[in-house]
Amino acid sequence: MNKELTHLRVNGEEREIAITPNRLLLDALREDLGLTGSKRGCDDSSCGCCAVLIDGTPMLSCVALAASYEGREITTVEGLGGPGELDPVQEGYAEMGGAQCGYCTPGFMIATKALLDRNPDPTMDEIREALSGNLCRCTGYMQIYESVKYAIEKLRAKSATQAPATR
Amino acid sequence: MAKDTNGYNIIGKPMAMTDARAKVTGLGKYADDLSVPGMLIGKILHSPHAHARIRSIDTSQAEALAGVKVTATGEDARNPYGILPIGHDERAFALGKALYIGDNIAAVAATTPEVAERALDLIRVDYEQLPGWFDPEESMKASSNWINEERPQNIEKEYHHVFGDPEKGFGEADFIAEERYYAGEVNQAAMEPHATLAVWEPDNRLTVHSSTQVPFYLHRTIAAVCEMPMSQIRVIKPLIGGGFGGKSEIIPLEVAACVLAKKARKPVKITYTREEVFLAHRGRPITIVYLKVGLSRAGKITAVQARVIQDGGAYCGYGPVTVLYSGALLGAIYDIANVQYDGFRVLTNKPACGAMRGHGTVNVRFAFESILDQLSHQAGLDPLEVRRRNLLKAPCITANSLRVTSYGLPECIEKVFERSGWAEKKGNLPYGKGVGMACSHYVSGAANPIIRSNMPHTTVHIKIDRDAAVTVYTGASEIGQGSDTMQVQIAAEILGVSTDRIKLVAADTELTPIDLGSYSSRVTFMAGNACLNAAKDMRDQIVAAVARKFGCAADDFEVKDGRISHKSDAGKSLSFDEAVTVALEFHGALVARGTYAPPETARGGKFKGAGVGPSPAYSYSAQVAEVTVDPETGQVRVDKIVAAHDCGKALNPLTVEGQIEGSVYMGFGQALQEDMIWKDGRLMNPSLLEYRIPATKENPEIESIIVESIDPEGPFGAKEAGEGSLAATIPAIANAIFDAVGVRINSTPITPDKILDALREKQKLASGNGANAANKPVAAGGRL
Repeated sequence: MNKELTHLRVNGEEREIAITPNRLLLDALREDLGLTGSKRGCDDSSCGCCAVLIDGTPMLSCVALAASYEGREITTVEGLGGPGELDPVQEGYAEMGGAQCGYCTPGFMIATKALLDRNPDPTMDEIREALSGNLCRCTGYMQIYESVKYAIEKLRAKSATQAPATR
Repeated sequence: MAKDTNGYNIIGKPMAMTDARAKVTGLGKYADDLSVPGMLIGKILHSPHAHARIRSIDTSQAEALAGVKVTATGEDARNPYGILPIGHDERAFALGKALYIGDNIAAVAATTPEVAERALDLIRVDYEQLPGWFDPEESMKASSNWINEERPQNIEKEYHHVFGDPEKGFGEADFIAEERYYAGEVNQAAMEPHATLAVWEPDNRLTVHSSTQVPFYLHRTIAAVCEMPMSQIRVIKPLIGGGFGGKSEIIPLEVAACVLAKKARKPVKITYTREEVFLAHRGRPITIVYLKVGLSRAGKITAVQARVIQDGGAYCGYGPVTVLYSGALLGAIYDIANVQYDGFRVLTNKPACGAMRGHGTVNVRFAFESILDQLSHQAGLDPLEVRRRNLLKAPCITANSLRVTSYGLPECIEKVFERSGWAEKKGNLPYGKGVGMACSHYVSGAANPIIRSNMPHTTVHIKIDRDAAVTVYTGASEIGQGSDTMQVQIAAEILGVSTDRIKLVAADTELTPIDLGSYSSRVTFMAGNACLNAAKDMRDQIVAAVARKFGCAADDFEVKDGRISHKSDAGKSLSFDEAVTVALEFHGALVARGTYAPPETARGGKFKGAGVGPSPAYSYSAQVAEVTVDPETGQVRVDKIVAAHDCGKALNPLTVEGQIEGSVYMGFGQALQEDMIWKDGRLMNPSLLEYRIPATKENPEIESIIVESIDPEGPFGAKEAGEGSLAATIPAIANAIFDAVGVRINSTPITPDKILDALREKQKLASGNGANAANKPVAAGGRL
């Protein structure tokens, strides 16, 4: 199969790579772009370790063809937070024990980010639902919930301090 | 969360893991994230047959394929290896016979994964199929066609232990129960599939980056298999995406990558697919437990007799240790004088089992805590009260010569009694709802190393130089459990500095001293003590120099809040940075060391097999599970698990709670849904879609409670926290199901069909046999 020049927009930057049309997005990210934060944990799209945001929606990059996502906004774990600064979701997973071995963490944070972007005040059931496509073998999920709650509080505090300025 | 911090600044306070930022930014590197220029990709050819003689292997067509650099077969590395000195029965690739579907036959290294895959298809293997052994109880009867000719009757190992006088004990019992329990096979299923990058260096040395819990054993094994001195090999452990024992033996891809790299004189990386993770396995074996226990009217356990058969798969692995742990920890949690144990490790044509979290203790605990619940009901006693009546009184030596130095089980029981609302709920919930309780315990590392020697189990070095940074060099392997953080906390506490002054270099055989590995929950106790000793050595060196400068005695000084200060003369005080300069002027170099080896008194008895089970300290757990069972569908929902764990001292309550909850979660998975399904040696569900580890929707609410018994020999009193809680979860759930709907399921996983079968059976007995049968618990699901 011949390689084709493919343009991907990843973490806000235009990237150009030569890949075959059957190149999986996960492999393109990990091997062609050196973004190894997204992980492979299974063979059958069941673990969620490879989740990335495509235009804000969490998707499994292990079952997505890279070439199909030209022109879309792709966000990986490396794109969360700013230079030297963690996103509140990352901070939550770091501080509250949501990341033990850390291998599932990028996928969980992507799912959490997507949830809080559309619903800043989720119920416990909504959190469970939003994270149900991701598997964690370390935590028993309790400290992941604590991590999500930490992020919710942090985001709430942030929007409270920002609110007067926007008015 | 623990409140009493005993005046410590860092110990006992929750702390985010030191590598948390590397993990949440995605910048931390796991083995498969590594690549080096010119790296080849390795792939392994696995046997399609469960038991077959290999007549010939032809790799010529594979070698001719463009992009293939090298192939390897059994002839390329003939030296056998195995995690135990008594079980060197594995080879890099099968020689003569393939012993299970998935056994390693050959490998290729090529420029791309696609080429490597194609090359595997071009390897021609001529097999002569042999009959396979798949059922452990059948396998034990084999008179010929043995899996390993050196293991007659396919028995890898058997042990027979008698403590006290079991016959007399049963004579004193008022109630005796006898049951057969069956525990299905489970896999660690760590989220990170194994990966190894073996780099052949320009100076003909070998550097191995691998997803291992045990760099030291890997180091030894590669040296033996590749016929190189250990001094020419360097093993580096990158971030590890979970272990749970699945990375605590030498895994076939590790030796395969090294053999290929040595042959190709190139770097070679192999990464397992999830299916290969299941085929490499090393999980918890199918375990059949024939158990008989006697109870007096007063609720005292009078005798225990157990016959345990473990289906070990085709290779020895940790097998003899697993079956010994089952016996050693079976009765030692309680005060039981009379115990008979007969344990068999049996070979079958399946992937080798290994040391999964709670090694050897989980399935016998399921059996024991279930039968104790059953006996309590027969005796008309509260099962929680029966546990209270059988407690040890520490310090003590158990019937099988285990030394117990601290024993927080009574407090664990009282904590779960209160927090679960046991008194109100037990026996009082409506039909379909129930509570059950169980206890468990575990070692804080093995007192006797696998490879017997008088050398320390762990050594830690600490270096301070002119930047006044404290660098801790430790061989201990962080696998997600908090090993690095624990040592940073200990060093910072002793040296009176903040944790960010401590740098930690870990698990690199070229840079760090020895640690035997992250298994059997040994790291906090052993590496923690070695780190504590090294930090004290460093502190004493600094204090000695400061005291000399002021012309005082070392005892007059204390080390605290980044200063070394005279206890009664405020004028005599130096900042840590100033003190380091003074100490460097005095000592020249600031290098400290600490070691740990378990004391002689902790090493157990002298009988055959006594070496496994002894530990410098034991953790204890008690749990109450609350469940809802739908009698129409057999569906079980675990509403809540209250879990109390005696970890001695919670050095970091955040990670201790994470370990308790993770253990309960894994027990929950085995109790209700995880099961490796076999058909003639073929694993029918080698994927995370079909081997169902619990997700957020199934997982119960877990309330973790830390109990601190302060062990006299643990670092700051600490013991293990990472495994002990798992074993209590399964029987707690099984006992809660009995409380809910009145049936006992003696096999795991407890699936809806087993519950429905048992309910139907119970109904049949009740309608056919009147009141007599109604009181009798029904065992079901004990079939293979």
